[in-house]
Amino acid sequence: MKAKVGIDERGLRHDGRRPDEMRPVSMKVGVLANASGSALVEFGKTKVLAAVYGPREPQQRFMVLPEKAILRVRYHMAPFSTTERKSPAPSRREVELSKVIREALEDVVITSEYPRTVIDVFVEVLQADGGTRAAGITAASLALADAGLPMKALVASVAVGKIAGALVLDVDEAEDSVGEADMPVAAAPDLGLITLFQLNGVLTEEEVQRGLSMALRAIEQLVAMEKTVLKQSYEVVEE
Amino acid sequence: MMKAYGQIALPGDRLEQRVEAERPFVMEVGGEKVATVVGIISQREGKAYFVPLKSIYVPKVWDVVIGLVESVSAASWMVDINSPYQALLYAQDFLGRSFNPSTDDLYQILKPGEYVKAKVVAFDKTRSPLLSVQGEGLGRFIKGAVIDVPPARIPRIIGKKRSMTSLLEEKTGCSVFPAVNGRVHVDCPSPELEAIAIMAIRLIERESHTAGLTERVAKFIEEERRRRGI
Repeated sequence: MKAKVGIDERGLRHDGRRPDEMRPVSMKVGVLANASGSALVEFGKTKVLAAVYGPREPQQRFMVLPEKAILRVRYHMAPFSTTERKSPAPSRREVELSKVIREALEDVVITSEYPRTVIDVFVEVLQADGGTRAAGITAASLALADAGLPMKALVASVAVGKIAGALVLDVDEAEDSVGEADMPVAAAPDLGLITLFQLNGVLTEEEVQRGLSMALRAIEQLVAMEKTVLKQSYEVVEE
Repeated sequence: MMKAYGQIALPGDRLEQRVEAERPFVMEVGGEKVATVVGIISQREGKAYFVPLKSIYVPKVWDVVIGLVESVSAASWMVDINSPYQALLYAQDFLGRSFNPSTDDLYQILKPGEYVKAKVVAFDKTRSPLLSVQGEGLGRFIKGAVIDVPPARIPRIIGKKRSMTSLLEEKTGCSVFPAVNGRVHVDCPSPELEAIAIMAIRLIERESHTAGLTERVAKFIEEERRRRGI
């Protein structure tokens, strides 16, 4: 029998996690040979691939800026990423998420080095189980670093939710569908900068503060993991 | 497993003030030096340098680059220089005389797919890089092979005071020209030696951040020549 979504008498969630525990996270860089940089990030069953192309001169020359590069982000869910087929056409939600992911990254990428160009970031959700924007931002940050684009710091993201009156970290799909609130946060701990802060639902001021510090602690761990993964791609050279 | 020759620094890592580096690989954030790309802190003669492991080639005036002709337009060629910006080479400059579109067929002079060695003579925020082949050793490559490598690997292929390139040339008998934009031209006495030279460059590319690379490259070429009996 499936565990009820919420917090049980032992203080554990439906999948056995503590409220402040993330799902198992895995990260890989350089997974696509054609892209300038790429990364695959998994938060539990959520799987997101990010690919970075450029900086390059765009086909449509009218859109360039004389002072800096433009960051173009496309967040997309693959038709097979959900249990029911998702239409491949970009939905309102995907257009909005593309925008918030772009804004979460724009603060750290040093675009002034490449005027008149565009940097394309493709975030493709391969399997969706909640927290796809968080995994997407984390993957995009890794892919940008893998592409060699100068960045002031690395960014990572995680969502805090409220289920059955308790704050929980890294909500999955089951929790999200019954949750009372969902608060995705992205930050660059090295800069002390929050680059994304959204709240869907209702939280008290005290809960927002507690949730934010939970998220920021997790983001610090995620960024440390990003650094380890980037480092490992150089440290191990097979003979 | 081989060890890196220095400590690896990642985007956002704070560096000691004494570490010498160029923009945009290291930037000042709040009075502190911060790495912006993956790189290595290399210690040499009491000094510390930040060596990027990833970089994107941005043209600088007077850089000598290897360009790949991509397309032909009315009086110029569009040349890919492995950079975000496509470069322009004027027919007048390549021919060294005035160009007459009714008698000169640019397709016959330089075809898409051919490589040229050229210098960047103009580039800024408002215009595409402009190339020139006026100068000693510049112009179309008529023999040899060109391989692409990440631009960040070029300093290692050149080596300290050109030591790595000299080693490659000495051990293989080829002439090797690494261009800053991440392309290397090799011109060898035989196809076998060319294959060895390219394999050796690929070895440097893969292991550019490790210590003791020069010796490994020398050993690799010697063994490969012995194995092939040349």
